[in-house]
Amino acid sequence: MTDTATTAAQASGPDETRRDFLLMATSAVGAVGVALACWPFIDSMNPSADVLALSSTGVDLSAIEEGQSITVVWRGKPVFIRHRTPEEIETAGAAPMDDLIDPQADTDRVLKPEWLIMIGICTHLGCIPLGQKVGDPRGDFDGWFCPCHGSHYDTSGRIRKGPAPRNMAIPPYEFTDETTIKIG
Amino acid sequence: MTKPQWNNGLVRWIDDRMPIFTLMHHELVDYPTPKNFNYWWNFGSLAGIVLVIMIVTGIFLAMSYTPHVDYAFESVERIVRDVNYGWLLRYLHMNGGSIFFIVVYIHLFRGLYYGSYKAPRELLWILGVLIIIVMMATAFMGYVLPWGQMSFWAATVITNLFSAVPVFGEAIVTWLWGGFSVDNPTLNRFFSFHYLLPFVLFALVFLHLWALHVHKSNNPLGIDVKGPQDTIPFSPYYTIKDLFGLGVLMVFYLFFVFFAPDFFGEPDNYIKADPLVTPTHIVPEWYFLPYYAILRAIPDKLGGVVAMFGSILILLILPWLDRSKVRSARFRPIYKQFFWILVVDCFVLGWIGAKPPEGIYITIGRIATAYYFLHFLVIIPLISMVERPKPLPESISTAVTKGGAAVKEAT
Ligand code: HEM
Ligand code: FES
Repeated sequence: MTDTATTAAQASGPDETRRDFLLMATSAVGAVGVALACWPFIDSMNPSADVLALSSTGVDLSAIEEGQSITVVWRGKPVFIRHRTPEEIETAGAAPMDDLIDPQADTDRVLKPEWLIMIGICTHLGCIPLGQKVGDPRGDFDGWFCPCHGSHYDTSGRIRKGPAPRNMAIPPYEFTDETTIKIG
Repeated sequence: MTKPQWNNGLVRWIDDRMPIFTLMHHELVDYPTPKNFNYWWNFGSLAGIVLVIMIVTGIFLAMSYTPHVDYAFESVERIVRDVNYGWLLRYLHMNGGSIFFIVVYIHLFRGLYYGSYKAPRELLWILGVLIIIVMMATAFMGYVLPWGQMSFWAATVITNLFSAVPVFGEAIVTWLWGGFSVDNPTLNRFFSFHYLLPFVLFALVFLHLWALHVHKSNNPLGIDVKGPQDTIPFSPYYTIKDLFGLGVLMVFYLFFVFFAPDFFGEPDNYIKADPLVTPTHIVPEWYFLPYYAILRAIPDKLGGVVAMFGSILILLILPWLDRSKVRSARFRPIYKQFFWILVVDCFVLGWIGAKPPEGIYITIGRIATAYYFLHFLVIIPLISMVERPKPLPESISTAVTKGGAAVKEAT
């Protein structure tokens, strides 16, 4: 014991590097251990099993007239369901791809052209765009308008003007029969 | 500064084993302080007192507050209507947030004007910038707690800022929320952090003061203390001056608490949060308006977010952007003018942040944003190269009293 202490105090060559190595190795193992131990804490903040379980919603579409919209809730988010008119379907289909900020064909956004089903959240910073209710402003492209920072969406819910980077998202859904869908 | 003698036996007994009384005596009583402070030097101690007020009112509010989406809004209403003096606690806390930012912003601009960020106080300055960042996080999460419409949509918009992060954006936002939208898990964790962060702030303030007490305070002349003739003991001279300042601040603060408690707030926050309806005109609290203006000035989502965070982080490198050796703007004729232009620019940004992003407001917002960054990245380094400072006084005492020597005898 005294021997080693003397050597360390004299700070002579080989012993010092051996100690330095041991110190560094211990610190490295300690740091990795702490980093690994952080993971359970971090992951505990991710969505829990019960939140993940609330993941599908069924909707009956039969009462929605042509030209009407309803909003349902799926995973705490509003889902816009619009029974589109033939004119709306036509303008959505006719939009030239070059004009789109986030190019996507209207046909890729619907299962049946008359039913546009999408997550009603502005892809900029998450506000709910206006345009679901009669009398709401619907923006320059006659679809939806986000009042927060001025994003305009078309009749296919695609971003056409403003700060939002992407089209409104399409949730996973399927038709369980002619007029009923299951979202999620 | 001799070691103080303690008369009380218990004090002596403790001090022998852990010299806490001697330490306090050195740092708060004897503590040599430049004798030429003006009132701009009051704001540091005021900020500390407001922090204590926030912690005390917050802890008592937490006893009656329920962090659950179904009860939070009602529990805050109950605090105001039914809890004894609940109205007082809540309005002290709610307006205290605004007062805190007023005081800290003045404190920060004081530092900019008198060059307090320069060597050897860079670390002190950096700790100050960290304090303001943690304060913003605390205030933002506190604002979410009453679960009104503005609370909810502020939480949504601000957390969504992180979706601008490339690749991991969505995962980060889901993680922040603990779900797929701002919901109960979000409210719970915000309450937890809102309770924690003020204590982190307290620790940062302690470090800030530690760094301060190594090289001691700057002063309106920005020159170094040359000796005892330039200083006076902190107590009683500055304790009494700080107390006077506190009295003035309390008149201002309590005026709002008693007569206009909702002056700084938004009426929409008295509507309970509705995840399906965004209010038509969402605005942040006044102290975030300049950053909000910067966010919206940049037409690109990621760019806007980077500029917004950059606007505050840029202060961290200010000590190295400003190469002038002279601290106080009193002796820097060019810097002084640009300092005031920056102040005006910040007010313009604040005003734009409250306006809808359309027409002329967009243009003004962009110019003001560009100018803000220009000030720090181009103008400051340039001035420090070309400016010829005015001659500095020989010492604090020759500058403030015509005959420094006479005062030397008096002290
Ligand atoms: C740095 C210090 C603090 C700041 C800047 C701050 C800021 C805020 C703000 C802006 C609000 C919203 C007020 C409203 O609109 O009603 C709030 C609410 C709240 N804060 Fe703090 N706070 C601080 C410290 C604390 C502490 C230490 C606690 C202790 C637990 C606390 C507990 C609460 C509670 C329970 C609420 C909800 C009740 C209410 O809205 O009045 N705060 N805080
Ligand atoms: S959130 Fe819709 S435009 Fe910003």
